[in-house]
Amino acid sequence: MNDVILLVPVLAPLAGAVVYVAFGWRPATSWAAAVSAALVLASGAVLAADVLQHGARTGLFGLVRVDALAAFMLVVVGAVALLAAGATPSWLRGEIAAGRAEPRTATRHSLLVQLFLAAMAWAVMAANVGMVWVSIEATTIVTAFLVGQRRSRAAVEAAWKYVVICSTGIAVALLGILLLDAAASHVPGHVGLDWVELVSAAPHLDPGVTRIAVALMVVGFGTKAGLAPLHSWLPDAHGQAPAPVSALMSGVLLAVAFSVVLRVKAISDAALGLGFARTLLVAIALATLAVSASLMIRQRDYKRMLAYSSMEHLGIIAFGAAAGGPLATAAVLLHVLGHGLVKGVLFLGAGQILHATGSSRIDAVRDLVGRVPVLAGCVGVGVLALIGFPPFSVFASELGIVRAGFGAGLGWATALALVLVLVIAAALVVHTSRMLFARPGAAAEPADEPSAASPTSPDSPGLPAAPDSPASPASPGLTTSPASPTAEPALPRRRAAMPLLLGLLACSALGVTAGPLAAVLDAAAQSLTGAP
Amino acid sequence: MSEALYVQLLDLAGGALLLTAVVILWRRKLTAIVRVFAVQGFALSLLVAVLAAHENDPTLGGIAVGLLVLRAGVLPWLLRRALAAAGEEQHETRPLVNVAASLLAAAVLVLIAYAVSQPLVELFPSAASTAIPVGMAVVLIGFFALVTRRHALSQLVGFLLMDNGITAVGFLATTGVAFVVELGISLDVLMAVLVLYVLASRMREAFGTTDLDDLRELHD
Repeated sequence: MNDVILLVPVLAPLAGAVVYVAFGWRPATSWAAAVSAALVLASGAVLAADVLQHGARTGLFGLVRVDALAAFMLVVVGAVALLAAGATPSWLRGEIAAGRAEPRTATRHSLLVQLFLAAMAWAVMAANVGMVWVSIEATTIVTAFLVGQRRSRAAVEAAWKYVVICSTGIAVALLGILLLDAAASHVPGHVGLDWVELVSAAPHLDPGVTRIAVALMVVGFGTKAGLAPLHSWLPDAHGQAPAPVSALMSGVLLAVAFSVVLRVKAISDAALGLGFARTLLVAIALATLAVSASLMIRQRDYKRMLAYSSMEHLGIIAFGAAAGGPLATAAVLLHVLGHGLVKGVLFLGAGQILHATGSSRIDAVRDLVGRVPVLAGCVGVGVLALIGFPPFSVFASELGIVRAGFGAGLGWATALALVLVLVIAAALVVHTSRMLFARPGAAAEPADEPSAASPTSPDSPGLPAAPDSPASPASPGLTTSPASPTAEPALPRRRAAMPLLLGLLACSALGVTAGPLAAVLDAAAQSLTGAP
Repeated sequence: MSEALYVQLLDLAGGALLLTAVVILWRRKLTAIVRVFAVQGFALSLLVAVLAAHENDPTLGGIAVGLLVLRAGVLPWLLRRALAAAGEEQHETRPLVNVAASLLAAAVLVLIAYAVSQPLVELFPSAASTAIPVGMAVVLIGFFALVTRRHALSQLVGFLLMDNGITAVGFLATTGVAFVVELGISLDVLMAVLVLYVLASRMREAFGTTDLDDLRELHD
């Protein structure tokens, strides 16, 4: 096998981007995104098999290096991207039908998503810390316009915050990289910014400088992963971004940024011992969980609720990384994939709820089970999967992380984290069940529905997603108009639920058995922890 | 270049970096801030040019020229254009922390920068590395400006201050990272500023102002 396979994960999305530039977004090209995502996933799988057999591959003049972690992250990127790409065409059609987007917006959306995927794949595979930095910053630039796609006041505000906070965080990481480079340049022999060289030279690095560098890099890349203290961009950006983009940001962007933190931790462990990175990550994880829990309880917007839940899960992942050891690291990686799939499903479901109801406020959504049973089922099951019910993989990985936490002597911290996770789970269930089951006035007249919601809803015309057109067909349309117009929106809705069902199925299959992925997880965990 | 001249020029450039950072914190008129920012870009490229001359490194000299074009030319030009488009609201009206307190904070930040950079200076004592705390101080002052200013353009300047500081630390602490990486970094900074520039004009469309006080749609 030659280097071509190393190019596929970057070239496939770039080719997708070229397709959208050349032909625009139309029914024929709407599936190009799915094809490119499938290619990324397939090349990740092929590379993973290859790495397991022959060890890490270096190619393209040493610019690219694929080890077990990189191959696994390619699988994560491809899987979540495929999920999002499967739901994007129907979502875009819904936006266009609702008058919130034009075909031109759809073209730009698809183009930017492809560029985003290319940058993410490059960030995962780059052999050099500097190149990783460049590609992660490039994703900030690309996604800024996706976040601000709607051009409403709230969307522009979210995009501004996103760019300013993420660029600042990533600048902090750059300072860390430069200091690490300075420390490395004083080690005998030529040590550049190559991950492998840095890890092997780590025991000789100056501890004082490395300590500052590691702290800066963890905080900096942690910003992009949605970890405290620079986390405040996350709920705004996830709340305002289009649904497929929220799914991608939650499942891919946060995960890739955290995989960089994992690599930094490997350097830190070798240079400074386990204690430094552990203390830092435990503090960050608990702070992230605390912020997420406190803001989840009284949340009024369901997309923001899901965003805070993403923060929670990244907090759990950071906690698992702090516990360290091969088992915890494997659980962390499994959690990254499981969370990416489930959260992708939920954000895509949230996008469909937004289309069905016209509002992203929890109050405005009632009795989903009665109105859109398939979608409601997907969202309900997805939330159960998210809070760690078996058979979904989140259960297995959370269990692994908790056990590792107690095993690593982090007893009190683990207990505190568990309490916070429980609070968040309770809040999530309460909010979701209100959206799914609560009936304004039980089985009363259907005409009650708008009037019951009226004390809260009509005074919010400034809401970004509330042009009148999408709001009206939802509740009155289903009850008063004749059968034909109601059957029309229902039909694509059922088909649109297919990717959600497949995502949930994949996650539960992963929970029953990791299958061939188990070997990849083990190999990645071992290479990160330095275990034999 | 003689050693004494090298050290003097290095100190001059470092001093100019720090002084301009403090002046940016002190001034409230945005046009003046942008002008001072251009001076700082010049000081930064002077710093790199001095290092290049000392080490006889033509690549580093090329980078110094690139920095001069970007940080003293392109970026200030973009900021001025954004200001011209913004019209009359050219004052940082209500910073979260007033000017006197900001200057005091800057003094504290410089002290912190010296304390934090100790291990770096000790690692390889040289004329260049003793200037590292200056770069660190500029980073911290930039971050302070970023979090305490409320005008979109002042925040942008704060971000760019951080970036200048980081670049200075990078060149003082190492002989420079790989050229490809440096190129990527500069491109990314330029792109980020362009994105923010576009967003600022959209903000003006949507809000009628770029005062971030009006950004109150999203909160919990």
